Formats: sequence, structure tokens, C-alpha cells
Amino acid sequence: MCNMFKKKFLAWLIILLPGCVFGQSALEKQIQTQLIMAEDGAVITLPEGNIELSNTLWLDGKNHIVIQGAGMNKTILTFKHQLQGAEGLKVTNAKGIVLQDFTIEDSKGDLIKTQGVDSLVFRNITARWTGKPKSSNGAYALYPVQCKNVVIEYCTAIGASDAGIYVGQSDSVWVSHCTARNNVAGIEIENTTNAWVFENQSYDNTGGILVFDLPDLPKKQGGHVKVYKNQIIRNNHKNFAPKGNIVGKVPPGTGVMILATRDVEVYENRIWENRTASTAIVSYFISENPINDKSYNPYPAHIEVHHNIYSDTKMTPSRKNKLGLVFWLKFGRKVPKILFDGIENPDYLDANGMRKPAYQICIYDNLNGSFANLKADKKFKGISRDPIPYQCTF
Amino acid sequence: MVKICTGLLLLLALLSFSTIEKAPTGPLLRLSDYGFFQGKLADLTPAKGVVPYTVNMPLFSDYAEKQRFIYLPEGTKMQYDPKGAFDFPVGAVLIKNFFYYHDKRNPELGRKILETRLLMREKQGWKALEYLWDEEQAEAVMEIAGATLPVQWTDDRGKNIDLAYVAPNLNQCKGCHSYDGSFAPIGVSARQLNHEGQLEQWQQAGLLELPADFDAKNAPQLATMDDPNRDAAARAYLDANCAHCHNPNGPANTSGLFLNSPEVSPEHLGIFKPPVAAGRGAGKRKYGIYPGKPQESILLFRMESDDTGIRMPEIGRQLAHREGIALISAWIRDMGKK
Repeated sequence: MCNMFKKKFLAWLIILLPGCVFGQSALEKQIQTQLIMAEDGAVITLPEGNIELSNTLWLDGKNHIVIQGAGMNKTILTFKHQLQGAEGLKVTNAKGIVLQDFTIEDSKGDLIKTQGVDSLVFRNITARWTGKPKSSNGAYALYPVQCKNVVIEYCTAIGASDAGIYVGQSDSVWVSHCTARNNVAGIEIENTTNAWVFENQSYDNTGGILVFDLPDLPKKQGGHVKVYKNQIIRNNHKNFAPKGNIVGKVPPGTGVMILATRDVEVYENRIWENRTASTAIVSYFISENPINDKSYNPYPAHIEVHHNIYSDTKMTPSRKNKLGLVFWLKFGRKVPKILFDGIENPDYLDANGMRKPAYQICIYDNLNGSFANLKADKKFKGISRDPIPYQCTF
Repeated sequence: MVKICTGLLLLLALLSFSTIEKAPTGPLLRLSDYGFFQGKLADLTPAKGVVPYTVNMPLFSDYAEKQRFIYLPEGTKMQYDPKGAFDFPVGAVLIKNFFYYHDKRNPELGRKILETRLLMREKQGWKALEYLWDEEQAEAVMEIAGATLPVQWTDDRGKNIDLAYVAPNLNQCKGCHSYDGSFAPIGVSARQLNHEGQLEQWQQAGLLELPADFDAKNAPQLATMDDPNRDAAARAYLDANCAHCHNPNGPANTSGLFLNSPEVSPEHLGIFKPPVAAGRGAGKRKYGIYPGKPQESILLFRMESDDTGIRMPEIGRQLAHREGIALISAWIRDMGKK
């Protein structure tokens, strides 16, 4: 009985109900109803225009659905006056979802959150907070978490108080041809395996591209991450993350930061005029957060940084940040471009104190790629600028 | 307006249902169509086969009162489960009515029922349906996309409250009623239902299959709000109000914060745990729970906030729950004394 009934019922609802509502607009109710009632395989079109929404739009438990806007500059979903729900658009427990051709802005929490989705495309979407970047903006613009087989392409993320494009606890991900600007972190890959981040532009953020592994999470370990052919330019924005969040500790002027992740390759990027840390390879200890999770590995290993192009501009590191201040004291305006915190896991070292082959950090053939081992565990005393121990390949 | 809409929907109902066979399960347009209640609908007098129940620690829903019922098809039983929700036979329906007394201090002055939520056990699993009551309290009609309903009442301190009460859309139901990505009931578990012989009575009435060695004293049982054991009360409160999402199989497992009772390690409970993806929800505080310091604990920040991007639970709460905040504050303060 159900299908016949549902179709007929849905049709009537869409025709009749919009007038019977208080709190949400007729169009909002219509879109939300379509999302709830969608049959697998449906294409849900968002009309052209500025669409005011009061509540999270939510798609759950569906297969093979396309949410199709009329174009990035034509369909604008705005949550400026959101009354309920934290996210703008949410997709959960689904398979084969395509979100494309619209702009979404000003939600109270994240703009688009997808959780537990297999085979997912974000394409040609602008996700932004309007106005000046501020800590009351939501955390993430595009936020797939616990997803697999994810493509994020030709998207733009602006103004996130955590990360513009944030891929968390996911597997098999492409982020390409996207633009991230005026976020705290432009693009962040966290506790995620098999991620390729390429041909993006990340500029005017606090940090350009971050690859992090954090403790206490269900998906324990990221890795197999490639970051290549990106333009990572002038990420010198003030850090406006609400305090307490780990990105709040990222120094303004960070190009690429690899934190506690293993198997990461950073190559052929243009990493330009990031004033504090063009490329930093650090352990979780640098966050000074306690580690309670016994299964957590706080050390970076199996890292390869090569064929990147750094600017040779002299720049003053940010002194608003503890690390930046140390750099200022130690290096003045000549901060080396590639920095390793130097905190070593004894299990990674051989009898001579050198890293065993599988755990090496390899740095080579970078233009203007000066290097320093910061010896952060020795209070930054005895900083070594010798690149020789890091000349290796995998 | 409401009248016209209801009329329209009733007409729609007649049109739609003239062509289909009325089935015992599946969506019906009006609450009265199911026959769960006899006499005047708003009295919520259960019909045969419909059983009222109560829980140890209710979920806070903006001070709404709740009346809960279970419908079991004739000759069927629930199966006991010591951990999660009981196993229900196909055709069973959980019925939850949300209402406010006009004056909380004097329930006899009457009440206004706002919504009735159904969870139906179908062959493929659970399904949620939502019914909104009309102004006359004569009927409740199915709603899919949720609604905002203005409501006024006088609270237990004599204060007049005006609230734009939010009835959820069907996806929001699943926001809480989710286990490993599938729809699931929450409150019909041993820990919530085990009190005052409720389970034993059901067994005697043939509604519930209890294990032969069932012993209510040793079976899971959440504390009530006024339990003198504050730790037990606080853990029960977190279990009922947070753990439907914050458990290892729930939608908030991305955070690593698990508040299900009782088997959770200190770090998963939030003790000295930094936030992961909380954004401004962290409120400049460093840890989920900072023992001894409720005002430096993120848990309290999110319980106290009325900002939709910060407050917890994400859905179903606009007002701060004074009693809950007092309980969790005292509990966190206690931790500092140990």
C-alpha cells in the first residue's frame, strides 16, 4: 500500500501544506518535506533565489539522491535567522549522494555536515559566513565525518571559525580544485585515511592545509595522505577560533601543518608568504593538551616533503602565538621554511639515534626549503639546521 | 487558519483513504484513526491493548509533560533486554503525548496537548510518525516537516512562560532515535522501565517475557532526579538526556564523548577531555568536565546556552533545565572534593 499512498500523499502535501505553517516558510517546508519523502534515486531541485531557512535541512537514510541547485550564484540558502538545529544542511546514513550548484551561508553551526555517508560528492558549492571572519561563525563549512568515497571539488569555503573544508574520521577522499579563504584552517584532514588534497587554493587563512590525528576518537588513525599541487599562499590571518579548540593553537602564518599523523606526502605545492611556519611537522605534545587515550600515537612518522616551492621573502613570525614567539626569538625574520618539532618516539629510533627507515621524515628538492629541527622537548635549545639526516625517500 | 488547514487535511484524508485498505500499521492521517484511545481523544484513556508506562529519568523537553503508552498487537509480547531497548513484535507502537498544564501548580485547571509521537515497529524496523493537535484538542493530524507551536503556561514557581514550542520533523526524530545509523527506540529499556514492579506486572499480564532469573534489584535501573546518591542521579541524567547520541554507537560518537551509564572510562565521560569539533560550542573552556569546576566545564556551558549553535541537546530543548544544571554542577563540584 505504502508506495502508492506515499506518492499521492506527498503530492497533496506539497500542494496544500505550505499555507498551513507557522515558523517555517512554505518553501522551507516544501524542501524539507521533499528531503524526508524522497524515493531512492530522486533529484531534489532547489529553486533559484535567496531562500531563507529557519531550521536544519536534513536528508537521512536515502540512496542515490541528488540535491541540485540552480547554480552557485543563483540558489542561495541562507540561515542568518536560524531558530533551530545547528547545521545548515545535514546528510546522514546515506549512500550515493550528490550535492551541487548552490551557495549556503550563515548557519549557527556547521554549514554542511554529512555523517555516515558512502559515495558522496560536493561539487560547485560555496559555503560561507558573510561579514568579517569572527569566532561566532560556525566551526566547519564543508564537514564530511565518518564518510567514505568522498569527492569535494570546485567548492569554496569562507569564514569558518575552525576549518573551511574539514574531513574527519573518513576514508578515501579527494579534495580538489577548491578555494578556502578567511577560515582558521583552510583545509583540514583529520583522522582520515587515503586522502588526496590537490590543486586547491588555500589563502588568507590562519593555517592553509592541516593534516591532524587527534586522540579519543572512534576512528583512531589517519594516514596515506597526499597534499600536492596546491597554492598555499599568505595564510597569515589572525586566529579567530574560539578558545579551547585545537586549531586555536595553530600559529597565524602556517602553510602546511602535519600533526601526529603517519604516512603523509607533501609535494609540488607552492607555499608562499606564510609568515610563521611554512611547513611544520609536529607531535601532539606541541598542543600541550593532556593525552588520556592509551591507544593514541602522538608522533608524526613516514613523512615526505619534496619539490615544493617556498617564497624567499623575509617575514616576521606572528608573535601572538607561543610558537611564533619562539621562532621570532630564535630566527628573527628568517624562519626556516620546513620545521620539525624534534620530539622523538624512542621506538622509532635505531641504536645510533637515527630514525628507522619506516619512520623517517624525508625532506628534499624543495626550492628555498630551509630546514630546522626545533628540539622542542629540550626547550628549543640546540636547534639543528642540518638537513642531512632527512635526505631520504620512500 | 488552523481550522481551514485541518479541514483541508481531513478532506485530503478522505480522498486518500478511500482508495486504500486501512491497515493496522503504516501511516494513518489522524491519531484517532488508530483507535489507541477510547472516549474523548484528549483524555488519552487507553483502549484495550494499550498500556501506560513511566520511566525513571525522563528526557527534558522544555518542561513539557509526557504521557506514554505501548500498544501491542493481541497475543504478542515484548522481549526483555538488559542493555538496550526491549525487542518488540512487529505491529507494536510506542505512543508519547506531549502537553503542558495551564498551571503546573494546579493540574486540575486543565492542559493543552501539543503533539503525539508514534514509533511503530514494522517488519523492516522502526518508523517514526508525528501528529499535531488542533486548538480544540479534538484531533491530532499527521505532520512530516515539523512545526512551531506557540504555547503559554504557568510554571511551578507561578511564572508565566511563553514558548514557541518546536515539534520535530521526521528526520529530527531520528536525530536522537538512532543506533548504528538505524531507527531505534530509547526509553523502553530495562534501566528506564525497571521501577515499582512495572516490569513484573507486565510479565504477569503476559505483555513481557522476563528471563527466569530476573531480579529487579540486580537488573539495570537508572536513578531518579531526586535520588540522594548524586553520582547515580547525575549519571542517570546524562544517560537520559545526552547518551542517545553520545554513546559509542550513536550519532555523536564522532566527538569521543560518551555519556551512557554506567560503563564509560573517565576520558570518554569528558573528564579532562579537550573538545574535538565543538567550535564555539566549547565556549573557551578547555575540557568537557573539569573536576571541581562546573563553570570551566564545556558540559555546563552547553546545558546553559540557548544559542542553537551551542546548546545541547541539539534538538528538543530551547529553555535551560534549571534542575538538570543544578544537578550536573553539584556533581562536577563533588569531583573536586575527592
